[in-house]
Amino acid sequence: MIDTLRLTAEEALGLLERREVSARELWDAYRAAIDERDGELHCFLSLVDEPAGEGVPIALKDVIGTKGIETTAGSKILKGYVPLYDSTVARRCKEAGLVTLGKTNTDEFAMGSSTENSAFGPSRNPWDPTRVPGGSGGGSAAAVAGGLAPWALGSDTGGSIKQPAALCGIVGLRPTYGTVSRYGIVAFASSLDQVGPTTKTVRDCALLYRTIAGRDPSDSTTADVPEVELPEREDLRGVRIGVPKQMVEAEGIESGVKDAFERTIQLARELGAEVGECELPLSVEYGLPCYYLVAPAEASSNLARYDGVRYGLRAPEDAYHAMVMRTRDEGFGDEPKRRIMLGTYALSAGYFEAYYGQAQKVRTVIRREHAEAFERFDVLASPTSPTVAFELGAKTQDPLAMYANDLLTIPSCMAGLPGLNVPCGLSEGLPVGLQLIGPQFAENALFAAGHALERALGFDRVPERLR
Amino acid sequence: MAGLSWEPVIGLEIHVQLKTRTKMFCACEVAYFDTPNSHTCPVCLAHPGALPVANAKAIEYTVKLGLALGCEIAPRALFHRKNYFYPDLPKGYQISQYDVPLCGKGAFTVPEPEGDRVVGITRAHLEEDAAKNVHVGGTGGRIGGAAHTNVDFNRGGTPLVEIVTEPDLRSSDEAKRFLQLLRRTIVELGISDAEMEKGTLRVDANVSVRERGETGYRTRAELKNMNSFNFIARGIDAEIERQIGVWEGGGEVVQQTFDFDAATGKLTPRRAKEEADDYRYFPEPDLVPVEPSAELVERARAELPELPGTRVRRLEPELGFDLAEGLVASGRDRLFARTPGDRRAVANVLMNELAGAGVDPDAVDGDELGKLIEARNRVPRPVFADAIARSGDEGFSADPFLAEEATSDVAELGPLIDEILAANAGQVAAYRSGKEGLLGFFVGQVMKRTDGKADPRVVNELLRAKLSA
Repeated sequence: MIDTLRLTAEEALGLLERREVSARELWDAYRAAIDERDGELHCFLSLVDEPAGEGVPIALKDVIGTKGIETTAGSKILKGYVPLYDSTVARRCKEAGLVTLGKTNTDEFAMGSSTENSAFGPSRNPWDPTRVPGGSGGGSAAAVAGGLAPWALGSDTGGSIKQPAALCGIVGLRPTYGTVSRYGIVAFASSLDQVGPTTKTVRDCALLYRTIAGRDPSDSTTADVPEVELPEREDLRGVRIGVPKQMVEAEGIESGVKDAFERTIQLARELGAEVGECELPLSVEYGLPCYYLVAPAEASSNLARYDGVRYGLRAPEDAYHAMVMRTRDEGFGDEPKRRIMLGTYALSAGYFEAYYGQAQKVRTVIRREHAEAFERFDVLASPTSPTVAFELGAKTQDPLAMYANDLLTIPSCMAGLPGLNVPCGLSEGLPVGLQLIGPQFAENALFAAGHALERALGFDRVPERLR
Repeated sequence: MAGLSWEPVIGLEIHVQLKTRTKMFCACEVAYFDTPNSHTCPVCLAHPGALPVANAKAIEYTVKLGLALGCEIAPRALFHRKNYFYPDLPKGYQISQYDVPLCGKGAFTVPEPEGDRVVGITRAHLEEDAAKNVHVGGTGGRIGGAAHTNVDFNRGGTPLVEIVTEPDLRSSDEAKRFLQLLRRTIVELGISDAEMEKGTLRVDANVSVRERGETGYRTRAELKNMNSFNFIARGIDAEIERQIGVWEGGGEVVQQTFDFDAATGKLTPRRAKEEADDYRYFPEPDLVPVEPSAELVERARAELPELPGTRVRRLEPELGFDLAEGLVASGRDRLFARTPGDRRAVANVLMNELAGAGVDPDAVDGDELGKLIEARNRVPRPVFADAIARSGDEGFSADPFLAEEATSDVAELGPLIDEILAANAGQVAAYRSGKEGLLGFFVGQVMKRTDGKADPRVVNELLRAKLSA
């Protein structure tokens, strides 16, 4: 009997290797879990009927292009769109023998922090189905936390992997910008988008990251990636952990989140880490507003291709302009429309310098501030999300409150740095996430620190109500 | 035409399609005359998630062109997105260059009969061509009246260089001369066919006029859709005349775009837009900056051919300006250099007979051609013409043609001419009564009877003598 709630991907790989279970049995176990719980959780937008391979299953966020499998990015405008080609990450997963279970729910075009912006209805948090799983990669996070997939891929622009991982009590890595190919990923904000793993353990995360990372000739912004090391060590001796003052003192951090974070930092000291305070004042103050200039600006351009001419939704109008306008009006939900308008404005003649141009300059400042912190520390630590999972509908009428949920994840995204979420405890019975930030290409350092803490914390990642 | 007191001010924007094997940002073959949409992929169809990868060959070609135009090559050039909606633009933006083009300021020297015209180059940048809208059901492929529009994406994504000149040209002649030498340079660099009829070379002209002595520029008009150098010159002239008329009539020239209609020679204003274009340029985040290596730039510089302007000046002393420029602009000066013989005679044959026969000058053996030209008065004309027409054939030899010397033997031609005159008594009488134009008729008769082998000078002399006898 395969317990999909507990089985890690690494264990699943071992079972297959030792032929203790067949690939089919594994597939059937996850399909059974999906049948049992996806009605409630709504993690998947589409499912694959028959496994296309003999390996460990995987779920892919629906912004990840998959040849022959509908890819909607959670938008009506792409309903029915079946890609003619595999994204590089989907291809790499296939080549590594991973078998796609299906495509997971996402806020429309990955724009959101709760999956409530999905055109196909929200996903729900396995710890409490009245609450959101976070977003935009809430479908992937809930699928892994709820035992519907051994692991999954998400995409992160300003926190869409780390934040849902935190809210669902699992591990999520947003890799260094440029380590994972964006080729075939439905673009939201090109200078920020990055695909990464959503997993049960840090070791699973390193395994999946190893599978997908590396330079890709089809994505000019990719780089050579240092060899990925599976973490082994269970202590933190010699590791210097910086705690950015402005991140732990930020407004809106729930006390239960703060408590869990502080207990984890104390544990890190006990494991031998040197912990000190550091400063990221400008990053925390300006990260969020700058993000909401850069990301919508790029999105307004990236989403221009959805015009009804070549694929996707096409409104029945005779004239070109009428057709494009109606297609986009009917195809896009409120959040993409809001961001297209913000971004178009930020790029307009006369406003470019004050908005997009200025935001890019601030981005350089954010990068520099982080680089200074990394002169003294190996990794930085903070809570991932200021709150635990909130109730569905709690923030849908207040976009700014929804945006503020990404306050702590955005600064390092703006700097292109890797960030790892590790579950670090419960607050009011809901998971709290620890965010570890590293310098560029320091994924191995994050895995090492995350793994040691994970071992020491002993967090039970199976949602209490499902145990 | 421009009155004495008016000075035209002309700047050009030239688009050149590069002759790379593949498109600018994807691996599709450049073959846009093929079956529509047969050379497309997720990238050039702008499918979700597709990303551009810059064509290294196109960058190399642009660097070459930039060096030939005397431009500064940017050590770190940027691609930008130019955002607008149009069915031939699948991404909703064109990847182009904006504030840091690959080729910055330069200058291109155009020899003029009196001194050089140094035309400032503002910039030359690399971008992707749009796809092609095919309007169906209307007249002449125009959008007006068309039932619907199909889009052929084969052309979409073809590498395109845009060259912008300073407003340094002062007449339509100068503009034409500049374009001829620029075209020659592009062709010789091997980076494009640069053929206006095929659209691989496209030219827009910005035209204004000002009073002589005035230092500022007045409002300009933009001319588009001119598909030959002659039409460009005619369009510019028409626009100069129009603007002078406006100013002299007490009016004011407003900024406008015109289409030139070659059939009527008329300029048609395009419908004014209600709002100014705002392309919302921003740096293309899907591409990294273009950093041409010092090695690439130096290699390209070393490979630069001698520029056409320099060659015109080199040939001018022995040939005069017109022949020198004609040879260079038509790409015949290399053949000229390798063809022995009287310089002017060779130049004239190259510009007249060889050009008329449409022979590719690069395929011609200069030594054989030289022999032919040297003997051109001794071989029958049809034979000479035939030989010239075949001079570009592989393995062409002048010898068989030279063997057919023209008949200039009076003993042979005399009786034949007598015979012809006797058979055409009527025409003879007419000639003698003043219709001297009939000489050609008699020459024609002789040529016909001798299969064109008679030496026309001898025939002429004999005919005149006999007819006036």
